[in-house]
Amino acid sequence: MKFSLGKFLLPTYVALAFVFTMIPIVYTFVFSFNEVNKSNIAWKRFTFDNWLYVCNKQEVCEAFGNSIAIAVIATAISTALGTAIAIALGRYRFKGRSVTNLLLFLPMATPEVVMGAGLAAQFLNVGVAKGFWTIVVAHVMFTLSFVVVTVKARVATLDPKLEEAGRDLYGNASQVFWKITFPLLLPGIAAAAMLSFALSFDDFIITQFNSGPETTFPKFVYTAAVRGIPPEANVVGSGVFIVAIAIVMIVQVRASRKAKRLAK
Amino acid sequence: MAFVALGQGSAGSATPTKTSRVAFILLAPGLIYLGLFFLTPLVSLIITSLKVSSPTGEIGMYDFGFELGNYAYAIGQYLPQILRSFTYAIIATVMALMISYPIAYFIGVKARNKPLLQAMLLTLVIAPFFISFLLRTFAWKQIFSNDSPVTNFLHTIGLLAPDQYVIGTPFAVVFGLTYNFIPFMTLPIYTSLERLDIRLLEAGSDLYATPAKTFWKVTFPLSLPGVISGTLLTFIPISGDYVNASRDFLGGSDTAMIGNVVEANFFRIQDYPTASALSVMLMAAIVVLVSMYVRKSGTEDLL
Amino acid sequence: MATDFVARGQDLELVGIRKEFPGFTAIENLDLKIPAGEFFALLGPSGCGKTTTLRIVAGLEEATHGKVLIGGKDVSGTKPHERPVNTVFQNYALFPHMSVLENVAFGLRQRKIKEPLAKATEALQMVELEHLGNRKPQQLSGGQQQRVALARALVNRPALLLLDEPLGALDLKLRRQMQVELKAIQMEVGLTFLHVTHDQEEAMDMADTVAVMNHGQIEQMGAPEALYDRPKTAFVARFLGQSNIFVGEVVEENANTISIDCNGQKVSAPKSRSEKHSGKVAIGVRPEKATFHEDKPVLDSNHNLVGPGEIIDIRFTGVSNQYLIDIPGFGDITVFAQNVGKSPVVELGAQVWVSWKVEHAFGLSDLPPKADNDGE
Repeated sequence: MKFSLGKFLLPTYVALAFVFTMIPIVYTFVFSFNEVNKSNIAWKRFTFDNWLYVCNKQEVCEAFGNSIAIAVIATAISTALGTAIAIALGRYRFKGRSVTNLLLFLPMATPEVVMGAGLAAQFLNVGVAKGFWTIVVAHVMFTLSFVVVTVKARVATLDPKLEEAGRDLYGNASQVFWKITFPLLLPGIAAAAMLSFALSFDDFIITQFNSGPETTFPKFVYTAAVRGIPPEANVVGSGVFIVAIAIVMIVQVRASRKAKRLAK
Repeated sequence: MAFVALGQGSAGSATPTKTSRVAFILLAPGLIYLGLFFLTPLVSLIITSLKVSSPTGEIGMYDFGFELGNYAYAIGQYLPQILRSFTYAIIATVMALMISYPIAYFIGVKARNKPLLQAMLLTLVIAPFFISFLLRTFAWKQIFSNDSPVTNFLHTIGLLAPDQYVIGTPFAVVFGLTYNFIPFMTLPIYTSLERLDIRLLEAGSDLYATPAKTFWKVTFPLSLPGVISGTLLTFIPISGDYVNASRDFLGGSDTAMIGNVVEANFFRIQDYPTASALSVMLMAAIVVLVSMYVRKSGTEDLL
Repeated sequence: MATDFVARGQDLELVGIRKEFPGFTAIENLDLKIPAGEFFALLGPSGCGKTTTLRIVAGLEEATHGKVLIGGKDVSGTKPHERPVNTVFQNYALFPHMSVLENVAFGLRQRKIKEPLAKATEALQMVELEHLGNRKPQQLSGGQQQRVALARALVNRPALLLLDEPLGALDLKLRRQMQVELKAIQMEVGLTFLHVTHDQEEAMDMADTVAVMNHGQIEQMGAPEALYDRPKTAFVARFLGQSNIFVGEVVEENANTISIDCNGQKVSAPKSRSEKHSGKVAIGVRPEKATFHEDKPVLDSNHNLVGPGEIIDIRFTGVSNQYLIDIPGFGDITVFAQNVGKSPVVELGAQVWVSWKVEHAFGLSDLPPKADNDGE
């Protein structure tokens, strides 16, 4: 029998690669159930307490709350700004298109440490005290390009004839936007917002440079790493993971159901 | 994925026909924002990198100046870290490419007609994104920590000498960097393989090419845009990362990368000019390397 | 049933329309008047400016010069939503996120017309799709989508309905069927239809008046039969059906006819059917108007006769056979002979003469890029 690379070896490799991928995730999840008195390194005993009383560890909850608040605000701003740019790029003719594209490309091609240090140097030079709002400013800056790219992909699939049909059927500019363009772009905008939220929530390097005394969840983990990370942090990480995976699953199941319905 | 999408958008823009006044209103807020908080900070970085110590000698206080010596000092002091950053980044990028390509190929080509499987596998690819970057890196530290079962096992089978450990070595840092950035490599390659017309492969085998030849002559060249954007999306963040190489995570005393010294200069020593000079050099090096790479790979239209 | 939609059509007038795009001119100085209630077709190859003309009428494109008048009112500066015009788009442009019924009700809602859903249902009844109102457009077949697009436009009772290649996405059989339906609906509602198409059969079949466009200009306009019977330019002669076109100097002119010399053979056309009477002139004839003879016939001066030539190609197309005859020193000529069992059975290589009545010939105003006679 002929040995086939595609039939046997490749699936096995892919399966093993995913096992490898999941190791630290499973580790984090498992150690969120560890009963700990000093450090969460060796396994001691199974307990639900870390999950039930996460906020006993006040810093964890506070950092988590900050991260959520920052991500929500930054996402709202960058989604609005980015969607506007994406529509302009996809629908309008204007001078300076290539400069615009370059300006949007650059933040994605700049290491975080450079963006973080640059903005921090700017705040320093101008004399702005760093804190919650400087983090928001930084997060909008580095998520904006990702929003543009994501929404622009959706704009490209949107038939301009649909908007023309709207205008032809007595819709003025704002009616056409809100009844046709916006609902049709919504999946792309939602995807962009989720991406922006995830990037903001998980960001550490840019945040560290521009947070001052303010703490976020990744910043808390980084600081705590010196002494060992408390299991409550594992609880937050695992919880976020479960929620995020659940959202992705729901989106995918709905998409495949829709595809099936249309196929009928 | 980002690079691919951006490149396409500029090339195949759908008949934009309307006037530019509305476009200006749509573009202005976002672009002004990027100007204020992305571009001018880069200028700030350059200005700060040329500052001189305050005559009062107070720590963290600097006056505006034009001290190019800051750069000479940074290079003299931190050349090993600078070189190490790019060495680690290149190794980790190549590793990530080799690990990712078969995964991307499997999802994009082999699993093409099984949408549910494809969706599941893609979810697995991005799963690490959903657990905190720092937590997953820290988890590896715990797994490989000095008296962990894994390390003990490596000692027992003799793969590690009794006085050798995993954590703190260049291996551990490159391992962590590779692991953390695999999704950035897999997704763009998947995207370009997903678009690959299977009939081209059939044409290849129809024209007497062996599977290996078909792969190298048809599949791989057509997936090149994905490979290029994947390597860029991996290489750039890795070269500036300082979490993996941090001594609190996977690094040790001899693994510091450029990010680590920028962080140390900025926060611990408060030597802002040196930190800025290092950042400017990192940015410049990346611009040079990336444009060389992009030119060499013949995909300038990507940018 | 459909009485609500009846007889509100208005006339359309285009005055001196010119449209320039960066790098090229899509329309050059176009004048056009379409009477109320007429089914008017703009016919032409892709890129001839017909769709741009339509978009200018709809207000989706602004003309560089010129005026658009609907029912005598100048609408040139107005936006699409301010014009009493609706469009059936190519590929329909149905809103994918709305049900069929909501699609049809869209225009009514925008204008805040009372009972939009009742009126939309009525419009769906007209196209016999009222039972599919709750579906999404993607769940309908191409023909059904086409009808929804029609209902969505008609429900607004526009003064003028624009159809942009409305049947282009359908397969041949469905297209012919929809042509009949579309024509029936137009007669029923009495609206002015402006139909843009590149399908000459479709245009000829449906329209009261056809305008043939080429290079941003109207080449010829008229009733389909008139256009076919007497094309005035080489483009029209060849775009609308097939034509044999011969070019030569006018060598004879009498009270009723002109004759040109084509490499030694004489070809005549009636003066009344010729645009030019002197100099170099192109004379054409439709292939089905010509017949061939195996022996040289004796014919009066009311006939053109060329030959002898050799049959070099025979094609069977069902209702007719197409013969290509090469006449040495003269050129190639195509003859269609109906399969009614009467025409002589000839084989490839047979020697024949070709004749046609002078009254069937037509003289063109311009010369074709390439004539069918040799040496031209």
